[in-house]
Amino acid sequence: MLLLTCPYCGVEAEETEFAPGGQAHTRRESAGADDADFAAYLFERKNPRGVHFERWRHAYGCGKWFHVARDTATLEIFGAYSAQTAAPPEALIAKIRRRRPGWEGWS
Amino acid sequence: MSGRLAGGGRLIDRATPVSFTFNGARLSGFAGDTLASALLANGLLLQGRSFKYHRPRGPVASGVEEPNALVNLGTGARSEPNARTTVTELREGLVARSQNHWPSLGFDLGAVNARFAPLLPAGFYYKTFIHPRAAWKSLFEPAIRRSAGLGVVPEEGDADRYEYLYAHCDVLVAGGGVSGLAAALAAGRAGARVLLMEQTPVWGGRALVDGPEIAGGPAADWIAAALGELDALPNVTRRARAMVAGAYDHGYALAEEMLGDTDFGPRARLWRIRARRIVTATGALERPLAFAGNDVPGVMLASAVRDYLELYGVSVGDRTVVVTNNDDGYRTAIALARAGRTVPAVLDARPAAGGALPEEARALGIRIETGRGVARVRGGKAVRGVAVCDQEGEGAVVGRIACDAVAMSGGWSPVVHLWSHSGGRLAWNETLAHFAPDTGRPPLGPDGEGFAIPAGCASGALVAEEAMNDAHAAGLRAAQELGFRVEDTPAPAARSPHEDPPRAVWMMPARARPGLRAKAFLDFQNDVKVSDVRLAAREGYVSVEHAKRYTTLGMATDQGKLSNINGLATLSQALSIPIPEVGTTTFRPPYTPVTFGALAGEARGALFKPTRRTPIDAWSDANGADWEPVGDWRRPFCYRHGTETRAEAVRREVLNTRQGVGVLDASTLGKILVKGADAGKFLDLLYTNVMSSLGIGKCRYGLMCNENGFLFDDGVVIRMAEDTFLCHTTTGGSDRVAAWMEEWLQTEWWDLRVHVVNLTEQYAQIAVVGPKARAVLSALGGMDLSKEAMPFMTFAEGTLGGVPARAHRISFSGELSFEVAVPANRGQAFWDAVMTAGAAHGIAPYGTECLHILRAEKGFIMIGDETDGTVIPQDLGLSWAVSKKKADFIGKRAQARPEMTRPDRETLVGLRTGDPAVVLPDGAHAVDGPVAASGPTRTIGHVTSSYFSPTLGHSIAMALIERGAERMGQVLDFPLEGGEVIRATVCDPVFLDREGSRQNV
Repeated sequence: MLLLTCPYCGVEAEETEFAPGGQAHTRRESAGADDADFAAYLFERKNPRGVHFERWRHAYGCGKWFHVARDTATLEIFGAYSAQTAAPPEALIAKIRRRRPGWEGWS
Repeated sequence: MSGRLAGGGRLIDRATPVSFTFNGARLSGFAGDTLASALLANGLLLQGRSFKYHRPRGPVASGVEEPNALVNLGTGARSEPNARTTVTELREGLVARSQNHWPSLGFDLGAVNARFAPLLPAGFYYKTFIHPRAAWKSLFEPAIRRSAGLGVVPEEGDADRYEYLYAHCDVLVAGGGVSGLAAALAAGRAGARVLLMEQTPVWGGRALVDGPEIAGGPAADWIAAALGELDALPNVTRRARAMVAGAYDHGYALAEEMLGDTDFGPRARLWRIRARRIVTATGALERPLAFAGNDVPGVMLASAVRDYLELYGVSVGDRTVVVTNNDDGYRTAIALARAGRTVPAVLDARPAAGGALPEEARALGIRIETGRGVARVRGGKAVRGVAVCDQEGEGAVVGRIACDAVAMSGGWSPVVHLWSHSGGRLAWNETLAHFAPDTGRPPLGPDGEGFAIPAGCASGALVAEEAMNDAHAAGLRAAQELGFRVEDTPAPAARSPHEDPPRAVWMMPARARPGLRAKAFLDFQNDVKVSDVRLAAREGYVSVEHAKRYTTLGMATDQGKLSNINGLATLSQALSIPIPEVGTTTFRPPYTPVTFGALAGEARGALFKPTRRTPIDAWSDANGADWEPVGDWRRPFCYRHGTETRAEAVRREVLNTRQGVGVLDASTLGKILVKGADAGKFLDLLYTNVMSSLGIGKCRYGLMCNENGFLFDDGVVIRMAEDTFLCHTTTGGSDRVAAWMEEWLQTEWWDLRVHVVNLTEQYAQIAVVGPKARAVLSALGGMDLSKEAMPFMTFAEGTLGGVPARAHRISFSGELSFEVAVPANRGQAFWDAVMTAGAAHGIAPYGTECLHILRAEKGFIMIGDETDGTVIPQDLGLSWAVSKKKADFIGKRAQARPEMTRPDRETLVGLRTGDPAVVLPDGAHAVDGPVAASGPTRTIGHVTSSYFSPTLGHSIAMALIERGAERMGQVLDFPLEGGEVIRATVCDPVFLDREGSRQNV
């Protein structure tokens, strides 16, 4: 059971107090998107062994959605940040690069 | 024969006899005994039968790793199968029965399976009993299932209580042997909050028996002093009988604490622990040796033989041959000789035995034969002797020794389970021939640092001095890593005789003939032999995980504690691949079985899941409500009067509502307030139709889809002010829809100025329905409810009968209907007022089944009946509620995908059965054309809702049928289970009042 820290209320809590929301930073495709782009938005998700950006909600706490950068193999948590952004914070990216020198980047 | 000695037994209290029964026989032991030691003291070596061949078995171990001696404890509601006698504390009145035999433990007809052993090799279920095919289901499988198996599942509910306990600590120390004590002391002295847990009732672990000298005195003295110091530290908590079952992500751990069979308080407590560091001081387990007949009762691990001797004063046999590949096995020979038992010989597989312990054995006059092993054990239900052979040979017998017990030692394997559970890696130690934690690759915490630290024997330090140093350092390190100031103190000095390295022995003798290999057991409980693993290797099972599942090696209740290393070493030899490359199977929690009761805790019965109740719940319960669960709620299915059946009640409710007036507790409907400058814009994105154009004071039915375009909720939206909407949702959907709105507002459209509040439980909502609804409500007074003042699909706020109310002219029944929302705490008062005012009009409450029939007669869809997560609004004839003008809404793009615009999608139709009294079963499938006499029949759709309509006097149904709109008037076949076919004609799904004249009055 993961130990996560909500970046909004600062509470460090058990995974069971949070609800997972899948991959972060997907770009919504809507009316006007071609079939391939829309299908990719609906159905295609990354499944890396390593650094992954994912959405979580502090469901049994403040109720806020946020993003977490996590290593899916070692379970290391690199950081958590607001969901109301299109890209991870620079400082977090720098930290991941320090911890994972060969990392190919988030996008 | 086994029995109690006149003296000795560190753990037993000879002044306190304890009586118990085994298979109905009254027996006696002493306080402090385990069931195993008490049975052995009574001369009962035979304690169980194996899973597959029903071979007679006695205990092979003295602790949690025991695979053989499993019994059923207790009776009735306190019956527990598969309890290990070796860890069952003896208590007064204990009732134990042996398992997996018929008719008796001593004479078991199932043992005939052993005669057919050649028919039951590894993976036999894929190979034999294949033909004739029909015989598998009727003959082979039932017969095999009856003969294989262990204990019997209790038939009654568990009479005991269980509880959870949540604990947080800096350092969890798993294991209360001397290593665990040393680690706990080191961390505790530094100020860390330490939780120390020991699975047995006794502290000190193997040191009690193997007695190294610690801190200049006997181990027992040091253990007592250490416990005293730990108890004096306020930051240290220790629990005996508490088994740390699993270590999970980021330092989460589960432990089961057994509190004893008691009528007061819980029987067991499940500890849910958050530890910043977990010190795994879990010790090591001795490995059996693989020789023919190593499962005969009386063949035991060498450590178990001396445990029974030293701890319980129990001798397993009068003449015990010790067979070993290491120095530690000599401890058993020495202990037996000192206790006056005969040790005819020690067979040492090594070419030479020159360590301190062999020398001590020699000095006691014990014959030591080096380079020798056991060719086979003689005896069936008890050992009669061993045939001796050269270890390096094929099993040619070079001598025979009469004996009634064999103590075997194949070396020691660290208990690495907790270390491995959440990803700690292992390294193979060639010298000691075992896997030990690779401390460079521990399981990681959220910060990327290791959270587990092995200590003592569990880290591979098997000699007392090394173990104490290692454990002390582990405790210091745990505290230091957490920021506590530690002083560089020395470890408690431990001294024990020097031991020469063991010699890896995976088969005894090394080049054993097939006949011997087929009698050399690896997994005792599952009857997996060396020959089975070799067969698996020959048949291509090169992965250890595949070989495990094919042979069932390590899949018994002991989870391979004894068999794991021997099995993979056998596989390694068969494949000629080094052991580290073969690797281990995955270690999964729990370390030993945890009772289901502890996992469930208090979450059973009424506490399993809370039921949501409306403000009218108590009234309904007192007035004949026949409840059904709807989402998390309970709602009346119907209200039964007197001796009415369900069907009679439903029929009465429908007719009364259609002809007079009915009242429904609709409080469970979701009510979500959406407020803010951009509320209209937001709802336009959420609903398929336009909400921003809704006038203040008006109501509009809306549909919500997900990004796949599939309909998932519906309900009426009302506009209360320019910036304020109230969205009604389905009963089951309110929480989901509120969360859905939050998700989009927080993660996609965070620029919108909107907030969302779920008000579902703030209001009671009462629907007054039927031709006389207006008359009833008008009698309450306070609001003008006339058609002119409040036309259909509008609402007004005011007071009704003195209660603040919001009355909506909306209808889910097709009747004149007012849904009135009042503050929840006034709900019952308002309901009472309505009932009083309606009495003259024959008002009666109705339940969910009536609601369903009323809506189905009108062709209104129900989320969850007409939708199943693959249905789009267009399938349901709801295109009118899907905007074509809006640039975007959730689901819009998906509904334009080719799959969603196929002309042959299943669409909603009505159905009328040929015989009006016949009601189609829910879910019945329609087939393409008449039902074929044989061969496949293509399904073209299914019934989604089906009722008998009391209003119309015939059955009605709705169905999703391929190209449904094109099939009006077609007669479809609905074949049922058992061959019956119902025929029904496709029709319009609106069965009643197509024009809507009944509701618009």
